[in-house]
Amino acid sequence: MSIFVDEHSRVVVQGITGRDGSFHTRQMMAYGTRVVAGVTPGKGGLGFEGPGGKAVPIFDTVADAVAETGADASVVYVPPAFAASAIMEAADAGVGFIVCVTEGIPVLDMTRAHALARDRGSRVLGPNCPGIICPGKTTMGIIPGRMVIPGPVGLISRSGTLTYEAVHHLTGGGLGQTTCVGIGGDPLIGTSFVDCLSAFAEDPETEAVVMIGEIGGTAEQEAAAWVSENLDIPVVGFIAGRTAPPGTRMGHAGAIISGSSGTAAEKTKAFEDNGIKVAKRPVEISRLVAAALG
Amino acid sequence: MNLHEYQAKELFRAAGMAVNPGEVATDAEGARALAEKYGGSAVVKAQVHSGGRGKAGGVRLARSAGEAAEHATAILGMEISGLTVEKVLVSPIENIETEAYVGVLVDREGQCPVFMVSAEGGVDIEEVAATHPEAIHRLRVDPRYGLMPHQAYGLASKLYDDPKLVRQGAGVISRLYDVFMDNGASMAEINPLISTTEGVVKAIDAKVSIDDNELFRRTAVAALRDPASESAADARAREAGLSFVKLDGNVGCCVNGAGLAMATMDLVKYYGGEPANFLDIGGSSNPDKVVEALRIITSDPGVKVILFNIFGGITRCDDVALGIVEAVRRIGFDLPLVIRLTGTNEELARGILAEAGLAAVASMDEVVERAVQLAR
Repeated sequence: MSIFVDEHSRVVVQGITGRDGSFHTRQMMAYGTRVVAGVTPGKGGLGFEGPGGKAVPIFDTVADAVAETGADASVVYVPPAFAASAIMEAADAGVGFIVCVTEGIPVLDMTRAHALARDRGSRVLGPNCPGIICPGKTTMGIIPGRMVIPGPVGLISRSGTLTYEAVHHLTGGGLGQTTCVGIGGDPLIGTSFVDCLSAFAEDPETEAVVMIGEIGGTAEQEAAAWVSENLDIPVVGFIAGRTAPPGTRMGHAGAIISGSSGTAAEKTKAFEDNGIKVAKRPVEISRLVAAALG
Repeated sequence: MNLHEYQAKELFRAAGMAVNPGEVATDAEGARALAEKYGGSAVVKAQVHSGGRGKAGGVRLARSAGEAAEHATAILGMEISGLTVEKVLVSPIENIETEAYVGVLVDREGQCPVFMVSAEGGVDIEEVAATHPEAIHRLRVDPRYGLMPHQAYGLASKLYDDPKLVRQGAGVISRLYDVFMDNGASMAEINPLISTTEGVVKAIDAKVSIDDNELFRRTAVAALRDPASESAADARAREAGLSFVKLDGNVGCCVNGAGLAMATMDLVKYYGGEPANFLDIGGSSNPDKVVEALRIITSDPGVKVILFNIFGGITRCDDVALGIVEAVRRIGFDLPLVIRLTGTNEELARGILAEAGLAAVASMDEVVERAVQLAR
């Protein structure tokens, strides 16, 4: 089974007429995602042409899109200045699952967006994330569909291309995935490692989980503690940033060692202390998963 | 983006906070004139983006205007954490009774601003947190309501017993929250917040960091960037939209994606090498960005080999290959180049590279191992 979304999810794309939005909408539709609506203020009433001439109606507001099409999930490809308000609009329209790909959103904007989403009962994935893909079922975001295959592994990651690297080896080794989730590289994200782990724990088809973390914050440490208390399937981990200097932001806004906290060593230790096997190199991830699954 | 103390204090004053007076000097005569204005004695402080200015000798007390000029001469041009001091802040000496700490930053778990206050100010707050954490009081602020007056009062009452001081402290804390929110800060800190023997609460130090993601809509704040505090390579990377961090090794790294870029550096270390930099070219498919990235990497004289690690998703491998070929032609460097390209349009990319006499491998381990060997 997949987590959070599946082949029945009805997706509205916010920013569907933009450069990234239009490109990735076509990619998603080609993969099989049920894109039922697009939203671009001022372009309501127009249509978006998907692959094979398939038309997607465009609306001015998410509320209109939801009312007309029954959309229950959204992907946000809106520029940073407007992305937090796009998330809030989706949450306000009752969309239960909101993926935000946008990188560079002001953090204080996200304090408000996350608060509103919590109040409305919406789950936000990201921002600054590659999205989610359920092999053979649906994809929301920018993860290339051809690198995944269905199978028993659940994958959670704070990074985009490092996820591709890990999935590439899993798929190459015949280890398919139930769902791959990119939770995002920002300091304030809507869906944590623990949220994903709890969802995978409920999924009978997920037999092992891969967690790809990086420097900054304490999300990996909390996830490790959660795993040892709650999860009885094997977990394999990887932490990026062992060579990162303290106090310097490494690309992702959230990837920064503050003082002496949030280091790769600290996170690796938390993983190992809680029974999570840690790969030293990305290539070892799939080997450790294969060994764990027997 | 970090602000200098004098810039942060300007923001504090504009918000109506009690801050000790002070002006900037760039030479000894300027410092002398300011000290005279403040009655002779003054404190002279290096304006540089680094902690530990005091320990480095960048903060000095002068008992006369002449001494202030001498201190300015000593401090200006001094190197603190590799940064050259070009300005000093001259302020009158205060009669300090107590020193407290007040700071606000974004709390990752709470997803909101969080205040931290301590009656033990004037020292490294990380050390206080490590040795006696009970001396630090925290309060999360709901961004929808902002910092409410009773919350500011509650925080200030952790710092002072005298109601007159508590009221003043609450005022400072409220103003600090305003500065934090109104300027898109990721951190705003006063250490120390003093009370004087005359019973006045005021900030005598200030530290503010602005969230880089805010700068596009805050031109006044963005204009506070000090070009002297940024290396040429950093400025170049920022303008080109590349994430770049200079390190001390000799393997120049050019990668797409922050996580993969960090993992690549880690792998260089794993194979016994030292990365020269972190560089994320981002999800862009723009060959010009690749050219700019190579200019930055090749401008580091320590670099012995250049390593590309590209996993094409949205980034198209053929665009990166075009950028590499173009850069080799335009920059004309003769450093060895090892390339890993896989994913979107990988075959096209290999063709482009082959025509230019370059080869690419498909595995990350292989390319990193080879780069490390070549750097020896």
